[in-house]
Amino acid sequence: MPVKRAEKTPMPVRDPEVRAHDFKEVNDGYTIFHAAFEAERCLRCQDPVCVEGCPVGIPIPDFIHAVAIGDMAGAARILRGANPLPAICGRVCPQETQCEERCSLGTRLVPVAIGHLERFVADWERTQAPAAPLRPTRPKKIAVIGSGPSGLVCAGELARLGYPVTVYEALHAPGGVLRYGIPEFRLPKAILDWEIGVLKGLGVEIVCNVVIGKTLPLDDLFSRLGYTVVFVGTGAGLPQFLGISGEDLNGVMSANEFLTRVNLMRAYDFPETDTPVNVGKRVAVIGAGNTAMDAARTALRMGAEEAMIVYRRSEKEMSARVEEYGHAIEEGVRFHWLTSPLEVVGSADGWVTGLRCQKMQLGEPDRSGRARPVPIPGEEVTIPLDNVVLAIGTTPNPLLTRTTSGLLTTKEGCLVADEETGRTPKPLVFAGGDAVTGAATVILAAGAGKRAAHAIDEALAARG
Amino acid sequence: MARIVEARRLTPVTKLFRLDAPLIAAAAKAGQFVMLRVREGGERIPLTIADYDRAAGTLTIVVQEVGATTKRVCALEAGDEILDVVGPLGTPVDIAPGGHACAVGGGFGSAALLCLMKELRARGDTTTAIVGARNKDLLILTDELRAICTSVEICTDDGSAGFKGFVTQRLAQLIAGEGPGRPDTVVAIGPMVMLRAIAETTREAKVKTLVSLDPLMVDGTGMCGGCRVIVGGQTLFACVDGPIFDAHEVDFAVGMRRSKQYVRQEKEAVERLACAATPALVEAR
Ligand SMILES: Cc1cc2nc3c(=O)[nH]c(=O)nc-3n(C[C@H](O)[C@H](O)[C@H](O)COP(=O)(O)OP(=O)(O)OC[C@H]3O[C@@H](n4cnc5c(N)ncnc54)[C@H](O)[C@@H]3O)c2cc1C
Ligand code: SF4
Ligand code: FES
Repeated sequence: MPVKRAEKTPMPVRDPEVRAHDFKEVNDGYTIFHAAFEAERCLRCQDPVCVEGCPVGIPIPDFIHAVAIGDMAGAARILRGANPLPAICGRVCPQETQCEERCSLGTRLVPVAIGHLERFVADWERTQAPAAPLRPTRPKKIAVIGSGPSGLVCAGELARLGYPVTVYEALHAPGGVLRYGIPEFRLPKAILDWEIGVLKGLGVEIVCNVVIGKTLPLDDLFSRLGYTVVFVGTGAGLPQFLGISGEDLNGVMSANEFLTRVNLMRAYDFPETDTPVNVGKRVAVIGAGNTAMDAARTALRMGAEEAMIVYRRSEKEMSARVEEYGHAIEEGVRFHWLTSPLEVVGSADGWVTGLRCQKMQLGEPDRSGRARPVPIPGEEVTIPLDNVVLAIGTTPNPLLTRTTSGLLTTKEGCLVADEETGRTPKPLVFAGGDAVTGAATVILAAGAGKRAAHAIDEALAARG
Repeated sequence: MARIVEARRLTPVTKLFRLDAPLIAAAAKAGQFVMLRVREGGERIPLTIADYDRAAGTLTIVVQEVGATTKRVCALEAGDEILDVVGPLGTPVDIAPGGHACAVGGGFGSAALLCLMKELRARGDTTTAIVGARNKDLLILTDELRAICTSVEICTDDGSAGFKGFVTQRLAQLIAGEGPGRPDTVVAIGPMVMLRAIAETTREAKVKTLVSLDPLMVDGTGMCGGCRVIVGGQTLFACVDGPIFDAHEVDFAVGMRRSKQYVRQEKEAVERLACAATPALVEAR
């Protein structure tokens, strides 16, 4: 066996000092030389364990081999056959806990940069002529609620199978978290728009500004509008608050509010655009997931002199992608680990001035298996601040379930649906993505949408 | 997109629009609102549903020019399109049937009473509308209200029409038994200062009072929490749990303070629009 290079071919990135002040994409992407070089590192294992790590089972060695021999069209075909959103997943999947974690090369060296290669192939595909448009060939209409990755992928698969599909979206633009949450510097909107364009080419109709459960009851989709099946992909968009004192002060925001103002409403162009966002000199983001990293890095780009993460556990328990964590450090985000917020403190006129926190240490493992943070008696700090952004998680929005009979929810507010098929207890209603799992990942939502599409096809075939 | 089928100036700073929005008109109930956006890059603003006509598939909103976006809306005319309209959002008002309901509208708030009064009247309630303005030229839609209410009480600060004084003063007289008499429920729509004054007027007399709050909103669907208000010591989202809340439970001080978070930027946007004046407004059409 030829000796493999130990290191991944590095991703070309923009200078941290420059990129921390604009919204252009951080990663420049592989060139064809980087890609060919990296593809050569793949061992083409007989038993490709990386595939087991991929929630949608992309035949990883096959597409990488196609890259290695210069067959980009073949690579693109293989990728898209398994993952309908490769340009997005190549950018936002937590590869280090999925495909790349399993990669055999990783046991002794560094795993193949599967995500970077996926992104490269998908970006190559975007430079090619679009596929010929499809027209629906089947009579039964399907409605999809929500245009996040689960809804988009479900709609795309059903359209490929020949069904007429309409996606209903509450906001004025489609994409779900990909539009309002994940920032431009990580996932350019042009890529999302391109993927949505592909779906439209497949014949998917997207109707924005319709809140199912408000504008139209879910049951009307069947009775009045003549849909045979409904897929619910409404996500987990309801922001959590800590319930500590001072959360109502001016300058305290949920990460959803902060990121929506900046991404969906384009506050970075204010006053060219109409939605502003308050960003002071010192901004703390509470939490340490992808949302928290995005919020802290966005704060820097919006002019904060200091952006910091405040997290009650330690670096080890953080759930953000490693690449984002690395980029955040390079851009100058500061980290207060083992620091648990007690109170947001404010001025007499009601604006945030700081965050009083309890210092913690790691104790015994809790039910999640992670070390439980316990207070260090008497150790408190007050961090002077202008803004506090809460990125401590989201739960499914109860708007649809409150107004629809026959759907069941868990006590966390998640929709009850079969994991394999997405079938809910309500006849002909399927569901998937964050609405079912609680806040998770793009690829899990996309995978659920895809499986549901095939289950829907089977259910309709069985009904004849 | 929603086409404007009628645009009518009510006062120099308020305009009524009837929009072709059949889905929203079919689902709308009194107390709910829509979010609207007039241009690419534009903000989403909440507007109370003033009225709806299910048969015609139209929705009525009344817009007062206060910020850059409302100025842009008010530059539109019949035949123009509104880029995005979504709704009906929020929870409809809930009033026990069979009583005397008194609705109070300050300024353009009087417009928002239309569909509420129609709904209550249709089920046989006794309805009184108290509407107020600085002078009689600023009163709006009084004829429309007269046509649908049991009685209409008009108040002007200068006495140029109806009762001379504030709506709160007239409300206190009603509670004391004057005119159409003590209401069982009071519903108020208007600026937060007026709402607070109404809450104080009815608190001691223990008259059930509902107010429609309009905090800052971004999405209007429960996704951002920017609209959170404190009611009965609990943090609630006005766009989902409201916008109508028990007036005697609302923390108005926090509400008013939170509404002022973006005054500086709002002023900047208005000034910028004024400089660009005509071209920007024409672009909005
Ligand atoms: C800031 C941020 C960063 C993230 N970063 C990553 C990352 O790097 N990698 C990763 O894998 N995952 C990441 N995630 C998580 C990932 O984005 C989500 O898991 C994924 O988007 C879930 O997809 P979904 O289709 O279930 O729902 P969503 O993307 O939430 O989409 C749901 C859509 O449904 C609409 N909707 C809701 N209710 C209704 C209704 N009643 N009627 C009509 N429409 C409705 C909503 O408006 C929304 O557009 C991140 C999340 C956030 C918030
Ligand atoms: S979709 Fe995600 S897990 Fe699967 S191969 Fe691509 S990067 Fe890895
Ligand atoms: S406006 Fe965003 S949650 Fe109410």
